[in-house]
Amino acid sequence: MLDFINRIFGRENHSSRNVAKERLRLVLVHDRAGVSPELLQALKAELIQVISNYMEIDEQALEVSLDSSENQVALVANIPVKRMKRRFQTESA
Amino acid sequence: MGEVIVVTSGKGGVGKTTTTANLGAGLASLGSRVCLIDADIGLRNLDVVMGLENRIVYDLVDVTSGNCHFRKALIKDKRFENLFLLPAAQTKDKTAVSPEQMKTLCEEIKDEFDYVIVDCPAGIEQGFRNAIAGANQAVVVTTPEVSAVRDADRIIGLLEKEDLREPKLVINRMRFQMVKHGDMMSIDDIIEILAVDLLGVVPEDELVVVSTNRGEMVVMNNASRSGQAYRNIVRRIKGEEVPMMDLEENSGLFNRLRRMIGLK
Ligand SMILES: Nc1ncnc2c1ncn2[C@@H]1O[C@H](COP(=O)(O)OP(=O)(O)OP(=O)(O)O)[C@@H](O)[C@H]1O
Ligand SMILES: [Mg+2]
Repeated sequence: MLDFINRIFGRENHSSRNVAKERLRLVLVHDRAGVSPELLQALKAELIQVISNYMEIDEQALEVSLDSSENQVALVANIPVKRMKRRFQTESA
Repeated sequence: MGEVIVVTSGKGGVGKTTTTANLGAGLASLGSRVCLIDADIGLRNLDVVMGLENRIVYDLVDVTSGNCHFRKALIKDKRFENLFLLPAAQTKDKTAVSPEQMKTLCEEIKDEFDYVIVDCPAGIEQGFRNAIAGANQAVVVTTPEVSAVRDADRIIGLLEKEDLREPKLVINRMRFQMVKHGDMMSIDDIIEILAVDLLGVVPEDELVVVSTNRGEMVVMNNASRSGQAYRNIVRRIKGEEVPMMDLEENSGLFNRLRRMIGLK
């Protein structure tokens, strides 16, 4: 039903056509850059190491991927922070 | 001296063989001398699609291994005297031919034809390498699905590495009603993603299956929409500017009625 309403009002962003296009766009960014899952895995491991020096992060939820917009490829990392390490917190905190 | 065009896709079953057969018949019907090569060794198909399966004596491997001259292995089409098929070997595998051998063969054949069209097997392995080895142009076939378009992108990358630059895209099995309802990627979506030139769009059409059942090519069926699409593609290959046909318009009941009573 919602689908139907979306169509009527021309809000087609969640149509399977657009979902297909968006998924394809992202997967091709990786394909074209020749970025292997191993490379991303290694990058993730090192990121975790470095960031863990400063804050406690949720390693399971960490996401690293490539994205593209307007002919530019960006490395996007989503890193949930559990808490800051004490020695880096400011006096007032 | 003719052109050697490879018809390829990456993903299997998207319509390479159908496209090869229809381009062959379409070009031949306009008077060009055409030779089709089935490079899908071990999975010979082009012969049955064209209805020529009972005439095979020699095959591609006989020719490349020096068993016989290519002229002796060519099968003449039943309908067009200027259309020929070099069938694939059915009992060998892809390693029975090397890219060098294919290149030499294409060089020889193209001297005697206007167009040599190579039907490529699915995949990116040796069969693909063989099929593209002698080509100087490539047609990439895809369907409007995520997996097929992704594989097409990969193939386009590989073709460019092999100096087959500017491959042309054929989108096959397009369903315009589904696009309209937001349930299928559109022509523009696919072209935007792949960033290649569009050679043509072939609608999903039962008549393709019906023709193939009979060993005929739908391009010869003047009443079919897919046939019209292939006829347009053929003219574009010959260098003509042909506008993309408006498939959407033809699909409605109203238009079908209009066509039936001869208004269109
Ligand atoms: N436009 C179309 N409408 C309906 N059916 C189609 C269309 N194009 C192709 N087909 C059907 O799809 C099937 C696969 O087509 P075809 O054999 O040409 O694909 P292919 O890419 O050569 O496959 P393979 O990778 O196995 O060689 C066939 O049964 C064919 O009849
Ligand atoms: Mg095939």
